[in-house]
Amino acid sequence: MHLTSLILANLGRNKVRTLLTLLSVGIALFLFCALRGVLDTLQSSVRVSSETRLVTRNAISLIFPLPLAYRDRIAGVPGVKKVSYANWFGGRNAADPSDFYAQFAVDSPTYFPLYRSDVEVVAAGRPQGAGAVPEGNDPKLAAFFEDRTGWVVGQALFVKHKWKIGQQVHLAGTIFPGDWPFTIQAVYHAKNPAFGEDNLLFHWKYLDEKGMGGRGQVGWYVLGLDHPGQAGPVIQAIDGIYENSAAATRTETERAFQAGFVSMYGNIPFLIGLIGLAVVLSMLGVAANTMMMAIRERTGELAVLKTLGFTDGTVFGIVLAEALLITGIGGTAGALLAKFMIEGTRFNAGGFLPPMTVTWETVALGVAIALAMGIVSGLVPAIRASRLAVVDALRRVE
Amino acid sequence: MASVDVNNVRKTYQRDSQAIPVLDGLTLHIPDGDFAALMGPSGSGKTTLLNLIGGIDRPTSGSVIVGDANLAALKPKQLARWRSRHIGYIFQLYNLIPVLSAQENVELPLLLVKMSGKERKDRAKFALDLVGLGDRVKHYPRQLSGGQEQRVAIARAVVSDPAVLLADEPTGDLDRKSADEILDLLVRLNQEFKKTIVMVTHDPHAAERARRVLHLEKGVLSA
Repeated sequence: MHLTSLILANLGRNKVRTLLTLLSVGIALFLFCALRGVLDTLQSSVRVSSETRLVTRNAISLIFPLPLAYRDRIAGVPGVKKVSYANWFGGRNAADPSDFYAQFAVDSPTYFPLYRSDVEVVAAGRPQGAGAVPEGNDPKLAAFFEDRTGWVVGQALFVKHKWKIGQQVHLAGTIFPGDWPFTIQAVYHAKNPAFGEDNLLFHWKYLDEKGMGGRGQVGWYVLGLDHPGQAGPVIQAIDGIYENSAAATRTETERAFQAGFVSMYGNIPFLIGLIGLAVVLSMLGVAANTMMMAIRERTGELAVLKTLGFTDGTVFGIVLAEALLITGIGGTAGALLAKFMIEGTRFNAGGFLPPMTVTWETVALGVAIALAMGIVSGLVPAIRASRLAVVDALRRVE
Repeated sequence: MASVDVNNVRKTYQRDSQAIPVLDGLTLHIPDGDFAALMGPSGSGKTTLLNLIGGIDRPTSGSVIVGDANLAALKPKQLARWRSRHIGYIFQLYNLIPVLSAQENVELPLLLVKMSGKERKDRAKFALDLVGLGDRVKHYPRQLSGGQEQRVAIARAVVSDPAVLLADEPTGDLDRKSADEILDLLVRLNQEFKKTIVMVTHDPHAAERARRVLHLEKGVLSA
């Protein structure tokens, strides 16, 4: 037998109580890590966005469009290498309106080259014609470029719906009403998780012709730069050009754009953090109370240990180790469960966010909090146990 | 090998604002290898004297010397270590740890000494054999009778081979037959293994088994 066996035996003394304490600490840390996972996900969507791409949108709000006519002038700004544009579509699956995912109409010839390092085409239809693709595009997108109603679908979305290449899917437009038939022509894998695999991309021209009557309205422009260091002057130049126009622009890095998107959640991240903290603090009280009860019940036994020659320090260590073991095991299990369970769901708010993630940093923080809970909850009982007057305690037992 | 010398010891407990004198200038010499029974009415200071000899309490004044150790000079940590090596304690209610087996209970004092797990196990087994419970090593206290529990407690007290055994009413909770077995064991430990034993008891029958009987009354030894 070792001291560890004694500590473990003490934990097995009241199995139901130990199990319930483990469970409550585990649930608390699961909730804490899960809630923090929401923050991780929001942050990761910002962190992995590019600093070298700029986004130009309407200065008033993202929901107001910009004229397509801005494209050539923006392209002419010194430092701008590539310009593309996109619109939010917002259609519903005609067969199942509750089945929602993000859909974007993009200027395909210029859009995909801008994101060549972020996505990789993993499956595609066979082209009917010559199979030519615009410069800078993956040759595998040939069938997509041939088909006006073609779709490029994220791999996760494709797998989830059990779609097939060449399958026709109908969307019911909400912003742009009507029945919108599409044909799946390619599937991409997101090398950059921020891009997400639950998106659906199609030709902006199709949207313009069928949905906007050729008015040429653009949701936002995406700009590729010659050098990342030019972002500042380019932003000033573009926004300066349109400062006094009917549709003033706001240009920012893609990362800032994403951060602005996240900031639309307002104080939710703060509230989430606060709720997580409240859960942990309430569990701290429960754990501390349990430890106090467990030690109070064993006053006599602790006195016997001291009579046998166990020093105050050893008794202190035994009691603290018990508390650390309970919160450590419960907390680690809760934190790991949060990581694997939440990441397993791959929830991504319908494509608005990258798949839910609980980072290893959050898991480590959860375990650290659990251990801190152990120290805080075990400290008072451990001090009391170490200061126990043997004679008084034995008198109570005898 | 250890004798016990209690020199002019006073012990006063403070309960709120009230001072309660328990031992009043007690002087006592118990020679090495002796078996002394301490008798006296409740509140006479028997257990207090035992606690002072065992170093789990300190006198208000006077000195307690066990073997070559002046207990007053030892710091709490040193006192705990000294106790683990030189004192074996036997309680009236056995005070075994219920979640540990007989063997594990006996191994407890050896956790404080540097030795291998195997050696610890062997010594605990030897101690249990000595008290006649070699076949109950895996049993938990709840699976043992009162007499058997007390024998495990005695095994625990002797496993680290201390020179002095302090027994506080070791037969107080046992029937006559079990009490006799425990007393036989204590006599054997005294005669065969040369342990110095101080036993507190109310039972004249138990006291008869000691080499000498000391009577305490109101904190002083009476004739």
